[in-house]
Amino acid sequence: MKNLKYLVLGVLFGIILTKSEVISWWRIQEMFRFQAFHMYGVIGSAILVGMISIQLIKRNHLKTINGEEIKLADKKYNHGTWIGGTIFGLGWALTGACPGPLFAQLGSGVASAAVLILAALAGTWTYSALRERLPM
Amino acid sequence: MLELLRQPWPWYIAGPLIGLTVPALLLIGNKALGISSSLRHVCAACVPAGIPFLTYNWRAEIWNLWFVLGIGLGGYVGYQLLGHPDTIAISAETVRDLKAQMGLTDFSGLLPKELFALENLANWKGWVFLVLGGFLVGFGTRYAGGCTSGHAISGLSNLQWVSLVAVIAFFVGGLLMTWVFYPMLF
Repeated sequence: MKNLKYLVLGVLFGIILTKSEVISWWRIQEMFRFQAFHMYGVIGSAILVGMISIQLIKRNHLKTINGEEIKLADKKYNHGTWIGGTIFGLGWALTGACPGPLFAQLGSGVASAAVLILAALAGTWTYSALRERLPM
Repeated sequence: MLELLRQPWPWYIAGPLIGLTVPALLLIGNKALGISSSLRHVCAACVPAGIPFLTYNWRAEIWNLWFVLGIGLGGYVGYQLLGHPDTIAISAETVRDLKAQMGLTDFSGLLPKELFALENLANWKGWVFLVLGGFLVGFGTRYAGGCTSGHAISGLSNLQWVSLVAVIAFFVGGLLMTWVFYPMLF
């Protein structure tokens, strides 16, 4: 069961998202209206800790638990970065959820999350089908 | 201790823990944190339909689906087992604005039932919030090459300028919806 570790880490990640309420539409509205620090604190401190961790990994040439070299791929720019990013932002403010929180919402018992996930799958599928005709 | 776990977690606990997920995934399996890819893998597994972008060995990325399954289970543990407040303690200004601008009255739960209840699929609200909203999330994240986890957390942690462009675009879209389109809808 080499995938069990990802399942366990996913459970922990889902608990954190849920207990910090970042899976809530209310919290996302509060963020886009600049009326609370909560979301900015969560995202900002997550990035800071992630950044320090990656620097430590790189500087100490840390390896994975299996002794592999740690590889970090560079993200490549294309026009989709901002066009797609803006489209996602519109959806983020509507649904109050990015993909991770959608799965956590479903687990927490919100029935509408099932519809949202199906709609998100339809969106990803449609993008995949239209990909060659979209500006890149 | 358990009582503390049951309370909503403050940002300075949750944020660093989310940040630690980035090195944890790298150290246990050389994986980059990213969740929206799971949507692509599900499409590739279920309805590839001969589309080149959906024709690849998704089984090689199956770790991502286990991680996402875990997030779902975590949602159950975090909400149902560890407990939750009936109403999320959002700021009084947000409550006031949502009442005045969108006519919301029921502030209980993780999201407004007045917008997201499944019965709403019988009118425009359900289609905009549930169907269009979800569709834009799935379409936009793949087009942008990542979501809040892949670009904002993982990408910015690795100092990727592309991710900074993406995150700014996420906010442009979110602010447009909140400040321009919402007032047109309500």
